[in-house]
Amino acid sequence: MYEFVSGPLALISFAIFFIGIIARIVLYVKGLDWQLDRVAYSEKLGAGIKGAARSLFHWLLPLNRTTANHPIFMGVTYLFHICLVIAPIFLLAHVVLIEESWNISWVTLPDKVADYMTLAVIAAGIFFLIRRLVDPNVKILTTVSDYIVLAIALAPFITGYIAYHQLELGAGYKSWLIIHILCGEIMLIAIPFTKLSHFVLFFCSRIQLGMDYGIKRGGAKGRGIAW
Amino acid sequence: MAQEAKNQDLPPLVTRKAVKTKKELDILLADKGIRYYEEMEVFPVDTAALKKTLDATCKSRLRTWLEICAHCSLCADSCFFYLANDNDPKQIPSYKIKSTLGELVKRKGNVDTQFMINCMDTAWGKCTCCNRCGMYCPHGIDMGVMFGYLRGLCFSQGFVPHEMKIGSCMHWLYNAQMDVTVEDYVETCEWMAEENEEYYPGLEIPVDKVGADIMYVVNAREPKHYPQDLAEAAILFHLAGESWTVPSKGWEGTSLAMFAGDWACCKQQVEGVYAAMERLKVKRYVGTECGHQHRATITEGPYWAGRKSGEPPVPGFHYVEWVLEALETGKLKLDPAKKIKEPVTLQDPCNYVRNHGLTDVTRKIMSYIAEDFREMSPNREHNFCCGGGGGMNGIGRYRKERNIGLKVKRDQILATEAKFVVSACHNCWDAIRDLEEVYKIGIKWSFLKPILLDMVIVPDHLKPKEE
Repeated sequence: MYEFVSGPLALISFAIFFIGIIARIVLYVKGLDWQLDRVAYSEKLGAGIKGAARSLFHWLLPLNRTTANHPIFMGVTYLFHICLVIAPIFLLAHVVLIEESWNISWVTLPDKVADYMTLAVIAAGIFFLIRRLVDPNVKILTTVSDYIVLAIALAPFITGYIAYHQLELGAGYKSWLIIHILCGEIMLIAIPFTKLSHFVLFFCSRIQLGMDYGIKRGGAKGRGIAW
Repeated sequence: MAQEAKNQDLPPLVTRKAVKTKKELDILLADKGIRYYEEMEVFPVDTAALKKTLDATCKSRLRTWLEICAHCSLCADSCFFYLANDNDPKQIPSYKIKSTLGELVKRKGNVDTQFMINCMDTAWGKCTCCNRCGMYCPHGIDMGVMFGYLRGLCFSQGFVPHEMKIGSCMHWLYNAQMDVTVEDYVETCEWMAEENEEYYPGLEIPVDKVGADIMYVVNAREPKHYPQDLAEAAILFHLAGESWTVPSKGWEGTSLAMFAGDWACCKQQVEGVYAAMERLKVKRYVGTECGHQHRATITEGPYWAGRKSGEPPVPGFHYVEWVLEALETGKLKLDPAKKIKEPVTLQDPCNYVRNHGLTDVTRKIMSYIAEDFREMSPNREHNFCCGGGGGMNGIGRYRKERNIGLKVKRDQILATEAKFVVSACHNCWDAIRDLEEVYKIGIKWSFLKPILLDMVIVPDHLKPKEE
């Protein structure tokens, strides 16, 4: 079982993930239409790139009004996303596995740091969950799929934590390890097909709106609006 | 029964097509929206056509926005309707678009009449397309853009507020938002020039002057209801020594068709203005103190007209840009002693501030005209809609909603402690006038032109000769 989930299934998951996200990007760009969107994407590419860069800069960093207005939620969100992306990629155990299979490796995080990052992801996830259940503004927007997506994103971290610490929670280390790998694979596969596609579509959307502002909505005339 | 029988003989008011004849327009105008909305209640949805339109026009940008919305509610307090309605979750932009366009897309256009009426009531009654929410969404989802799109879908199915249907019809018939013909307009220009020539010798309103530097374009309300505005513009151009003209055909810069979502009409309207630019071989376009005139003709218009550059045939300027240029270059000189002494605040119109970046122009103008200028908070691109944008001021069906929405602007103004509001936009001007009428907070409001005219120093050679 372990050989299967960490071998062929992992390969398939990575393939679906990579092909899937590339397809999402390609389809997104192909679906842009200068006249329907009313943005001269190619004619004013320079202004567009400037606007896109500004948009990404202000939102990848906490340099926007939304962060100023909602510092706690945005703080948690930034932390969640940073840890969620960094921890698995630079986790020693993951890098070792990849080195064994494909003979490539990169820098790793100290286990202690990765452990804290995992806890941060889980804690942030619980914060999001509670907010969904309690805040009337979020409640009215929430659908079943929001919970499923949150569960898919959190599962690899929760199971990874259990496996790493060899916690005896109804199953042995080996079982938890297999469950953890499966959860990771489910997440990879889910990314292109669910709301988790914002993994890449966030960038597409921000770049698009940045171009819209940079090209049309005052990019040429304004002092640069941080949208 | 008698009433029903009578109704059956009358031509239908709710149609999927734009109204393009005088006869139909007169019937619509006479109805005042009563039979119109009754008919709408039972007007069927052409689901096949709706699906076809969605397939052809709802592309990756909109679909992605609908898909990746994280349902986080961070857009909630960006919306003045949400704030004005005591933080009602049903006013969250994300909720409003998800329950209308989102459902429509999910159901592939397979929706019923009540659903479409709800779409209409949301797209026009709970959103002014001010685009503020788009600036606060971490994913960069602009719900104002989506509501603009939804308005187009609603229009194509006949579910459009009465006044908006009339507005688009006016543009089809008169190339103007009101029933002002080219002859009416030219006559008004002549009349205004004659009226004021005595005080400003040599004053003229040159119609169709080929090769002028500036082509000045107005909002139909000006010739129709406030011709003095046209005279003020003429006097200021005259005193500044500008070479300018007004076109006969193509004189109107606004577009209620844009508010209505009648895209074919938007194209026709703006092409008329562009044709005038080309016919008169002017160097640039200056549009009057109206926000959506600028949005329709300069910002969005090039796309409707199929201009790949996204630019009109000649560079387009809003009136405030011309004013600042005239002040900075000394073409217009103001008497500093006449600066407004009392506290003054400034309304930032969404259509040329948030949507065209003119964030600092009006502030610089304020430094010339006001001694005690007070910013509203928030301001510039973060300013709230006046409460009457996107056609909202003109729609009777949503008057109650509009008046509730005005509370946000009211409180912004009150917080400045200024009693005088400068508004270089017709829609904002109306909304502020109406908020004074509804809430009576004791404010005055004004366009820039009358203020400038009051302060401008008339050069000696342009003064009337003493008898």
